[in-house]
Amino acid sequence: MKKYRAVVAGCSAGGMQAVATLLAQLGTSFRLPLIIVQHLHREQGEYLFRFYSSSTHLKVQEASEREKILPGNVYVAPPDYHLLIEHDETFSLSVEEKVNFCRPSIDVLFESAADVYGPALAGVVLTGANSDGALGLKRIKDCGGLTLVQRPETAQFPEMPRSALLCVHADQVLTIEEIGRFLMTLKPEAAY
Amino acid sequence: MTSGELEAIEIDLLLEAVFRRYGYDFRSYARASVVRRLRLLLEQSGIASVGELIPKLLHEPAFFQELLFAFSITVSGMFRDPEFFRSLRENVVPLLKTYPFIRVWVAGCACGEEAYSLAILLKEEGLAAHSTIYATDINDQALAVAKEGIYPLRQVREYTENYQKSGPHDSFSRYYHASHDHIVMNRELKKSITFANHNLVSDHVFAEMHLILCRNVMIYFDRELKDRVLRLLDSSLIRGGFLCLGTKESLRFSCGDGRHDEIDSKNRIYRKRVLEAGEGRTR
Ligand SMILES: C[S@@+](CC[C@H](N)C(=O)[O-])C[C@H]1O[C@@H](n2cnc3c(N)ncnc32)[C@H](O)[C@@H]1O
Repeated sequence: MKKYRAVVAGCSAGGMQAVATLLAQLGTSFRLPLIIVQHLHREQGEYLFRFYSSSTHLKVQEASEREKILPGNVYVAPPDYHLLIEHDETFSLSVEEKVNFCRPSIDVLFESAADVYGPALAGVVLTGANSDGALGLKRIKDCGGLTLVQRPETAQFPEMPRSALLCVHADQVLTIEEIGRFLMTLKPEAAY
Repeated sequence: MTSGELEAIEIDLLLEAVFRRYGYDFRSYARASVVRRLRLLLEQSGIASVGELIPKLLHEPAFFQELLFAFSITVSGMFRDPEFFRSLRENVVPLLKTYPFIRVWVAGCACGEEAYSLAILLKEEGLAAHSTIYATDINDQALAVAKEGIYPLRQVREYTENYQKSGPHDSFSRYYHASHDHIVMNRELKKSITFANHNLVSDHVFAEMHLILCRNVMIYFDRELKDRVLRLLDSSLIRGGFLCLGTKESLRFSCGDGRHDEIDSKNRIYRKRVLEAGEGRTR
């Protein structure tokens, strides 16, 4: 059976509720790192962590540069920085141009995560009102990773999942709750 | 071998070629970002693989300039992170005022936005006549823009908003004049800054600085290079001098090393100790 090393997820408009719902499905037995890019205003940051922490027992934190990525942790990209992953499984940050009018951009995270984790990566695209994440999800698929997309009719803002589906033949198209339960069934690599 | 592994070899060779041919050392830059920049460059230039870039780079210095531009990410802004500038005013300026003259270094100044912000701040705090600002970067194109002090008009709203949040004493519009689609910074401000090419990886220390800003530059360096550059910055500071990093940068060389005090941890402002730990006793 296929084994996994990380999950990356992206969302935009409607993302707060979506992520909280997703986290609520993940029990403490979830043994993968979950790395999230969410388009936010600078000010939303601090409130967000309190809100998310109230929906899960997993540790939710802002991803910081050079930090080692650990299983069972939930990381959220800091506002106004792109989040990338290095081969030694640490984070790096960049202030380069916005991508799809966004910084952080979901595509940037997904592409660098696909380079590092290859087939051991699962990518998730949730609600949003733009098309960030579509190309990144395609890269995950091309590298042999697993692709999950929220069923557009069930998303608060369907455009982002819809764009992803136009770009990628996703492995699973599910509601958020189902995505959460599905992630719980992924087998972590033995090293975790 | 996967295509990713192949690409990794090609990138190693390319960075080696660039270093030996042009003396610019990007081998210790954070890889994920280098990979991204190279792929963008490939896309723009219609070249199929990183390997194919190598002969072109070796034989066409003009193409190397493009690579240099692609590698140095010059995104910046005036009074970016206004809270940081506010903290400078509140926590650092009062101490700077105790010196008859201060020297300031903006390392990795991109197109000069941060240096002008600082020049404005020092002027408003009455320090302009007693200070020199050096602003350096490896990117000559960016330095040329910085010297001109010309920025797109469409940025002004954001700059003004940032400025207003930085605890100002005046109005931002006093510092530039607008024409057509751009703004030009006042001549007086321009005169207060010396822009120059300086490479943090390979060039020497700057002596006797009272304040150094090196923000969002070392995030592109690997650990070892970052530590090396931190040592360089540190030896460029006077004792009691201030070092400021980007708001999401971790200071690994540490404040617990007895050499630095944290002035504002959120805004990443540090002060080099006047006396090192234990030193007082031996004298
Ligand atoms: C993202 S900008 C930071 C601009 C500004 N300090 C800020 O925070 O807004 C990074 C700058 O670092 C410069 N840089 C990169 N490597 C450098 C090096 N080895 N020595 C000096 N500057 C360098 C780049 O050319 C670029 O202009």
